[in-house]
Amino acid sequence: MHDSQVIAGEHLRPHYADMEQQRETATMGMWVFLITEIIFFGGLFTAYLVYRSAHYDAWLIGSEHMEFWIGTINTVILLCSSLFVALAVHAAQVGRNKMCALYLGLAAAMGLLFLGFKGVEYHQHFVEGAVPGSLWHLQVPDANSVQMFFYIYFVMTGLHALHVTIGVILLLVIAWYALKGRFSPQYHTPVEISGLYWHFVDIVWIFLYPLLYLIGHKKA
Amino acid sequence: MAEHVVPQKTYIWVWAALMLLMMTTAGLSRVNLGEWSTFVALAIAVIKAMLVVLFFMHVRYESQKMTWVVVIAGFFWLFLMLGLTMTDYLSRGYLGVAGH
Repeated sequence: MHDSQVIAGEHLRPHYADMEQQRETATMGMWVFLITEIIFFGGLFTAYLVYRSAHYDAWLIGSEHMEFWIGTINTVILLCSSLFVALAVHAAQVGRNKMCALYLGLAAAMGLLFLGFKGVEYHQHFVEGAVPGSLWHLQVPDANSVQMFFYIYFVMTGLHALHVTIGVILLLVIAWYALKGRFSPQYHTPVEISGLYWHFVDIVWIFLYPLLYLIGHKKA
Repeated sequence: MAEHVVPQKTYIWVWAALMLLMMTTAGLSRVNLGEWSTFVALAIAVIKAMLVVLFFMHVRYESQKMTWVVVIAGFFWLFLMLGLTMTDYLSRGYLGVAGH
């Protein structure tokens, strides 16, 4: 009999041999889901690369219309939120539920801050007329191709923002559970796998940031 | 096998490395590196992503080989999608089209 079986407690579902197997199954299941997400965003990154190779100059113009500082600040915000989530997992592992809730709350707050900055940026594009379609009034050469850049920009960052929104809700729910003292060194899988999701959202941004914000500044 | 508890210090070091890489890529974007600028920006992004996957997402400490298989398979599929698509699009101009 495993040690973990003795301390399995109320959270062990009957179809698992022990807590360890239950945890490993959940972790792998989350990774399988994240792979569908990698392929989902991967399709958009592929579209980005194909159009970029076809309209290279338009891509540089589009990138120059990005808000460099907002993108950079948002990168800092997401990296910090990932640290908080990692620390929340640690807190749960050592049985400190209150710390865990605090860290998750901080990470969720950072997520909201990210969305706020994103909103400011979208508003900026709207004012500038950099929204493709009937709202477009940006005066640039090869406007159709630059619009294509902005289509891809809005779809990618929009879907990413949707993921951040879902992540914030998820983190707040898990923080609430932690506040009620639900997790223990034996059982904290929800913290762990919600953390995996949040880190994935961070990784998507790690690639969006250079591809959207940085390529336009190559000529100093 | 028991779950690995990563010390808090490790997380903070990884976070510091991520911040440093972020400042590097932001700073380098203001420098004209010519053809290398996209390559450097993407290389830094890949390093950052690997730090997050290995440490924050605990893959480095994952005792379960199956998770490794799933993670590697995921990135391999992504590589196939990007690789095969781009070899097609980028090589289209290599050969003339008969009759043109």
